[in-house]
Amino acid sequence: MTPALLGTKVGMTRVYDEKGSVVPVTVVQAGPCHVTQVKTVENDGYSAVQLGFNDCKPKHSTFALMGHTAKASLGPKRHFREIRLNEETTLAAGAQVGVELFSDVQYVDVIGTSKGKGFAGVMKRHHFGGQCASHGTERKHRSPGSIASRATWRGQSGKPKKGVRMAGHMGMDSVTTRNHPLVKIDKENHLLLIKGALPGPNGGLLFVRKAVTAKVKVVES
Amino acid sequence: MTNKILLLVEQPHLKKEPPQFSVGDTVDVATRIIEGEKERIQIFSGIVIMKKGSGTNEMFTVRRIVNNEGVERVFPLHSPFISRVTVKRSGESRRAKLFYLRGRVGKATRLTEKRKVTKKEDGTKGTDKPELAATAT
Repeated sequence: MTPALLGTKVGMTRVYDEKGSVVPVTVVQAGPCHVTQVKTVENDGYSAVQLGFNDCKPKHSTFALMGHTAKASLGPKRHFREIRLNEETTLAAGAQVGVELFSDVQYVDVIGTSKGKGFAGVMKRHHFGGQCASHGTERKHRSPGSIASRATWRGQSGKPKKGVRMAGHMGMDSVTTRNHPLVKIDKENHLLLIKGALPGPNGGLLFVRKAVTAKVKVVES
Repeated sequence: MTNKILLLVEQPHLKKEPPQFSVGDTVDVATRIIEGEKERIQIFSGIVIMKKGSGTNEMFTVRRIVNNEGVERVFPLHSPFISRVTVKRSGESRRAKLFYLRGRVGKATRLTEKRKVTKKEDGTKGTDKPELAATAT
């Protein structure tokens, strides 16, 4: 199976590598996940596995979802995610997968939901420069400035162009951060130590997978 | 830090016997320096003006005067590059951060030495660190 797991972000700390330098790491409690469904080419047209993560009480699930997990003889799960596979997997529904999937992985991609920032202005949301602090500027120091002219779309009415960057809701987006070096795997406690900061708050749900584009460093033996 | 998992992760990276000193102490910090193949030890001595952080994140700042210019270095307490910290003199301080020393020069930078309460008892005269339990009473 392609190394991929669901997990929760625990928090950041720093560890020392074998040279003694400091490595900033984010601790992710990844798995153990359970295979809730196996999709095959004959049955579904493509091969994939569906992972379920985090047991929950029946009252937090639905009858439909509980019936779905019961097919794999599992209890109700809080989170699900499907992982596309190039080849058919040998895993059966109900099997448990954990961080041992990542044992020969050097780089990972992480997908999470960023922290919500509420309704944010253009300086925070799009890194606009804002207006002058002085030179006659009054009550307009953080405003976006002009968004259109009377002839923005020549010949048409002076409407702002589609996609003009303005103030609005920021955060709570799905964010993918790629090519984080995987520092350490703790199989006993189901932990992954991933270098760098990851999206979302502590306790948030993360999807960790083997990096798609990273160059793999060849270790000289 | 209260998170149990983070404490668990940091545990193997912490020193088993971290150097014992407190703010206000005059210390010699021995740092390992690797130059190519060779390794040597450099000593930076001065007054500890602050300690902050916890776990692997614990840092301390040492201040000294070099050529009439104040120099401060920040060290991670649990770094393998800090081979040892020896306390030369224990200064008395009523606060946790001694930033007021930055505005002082010459004799005014001195701190009064901590009185060793255990002096009267036998065998404890030579220790650098005064008995903390005894001072509390």
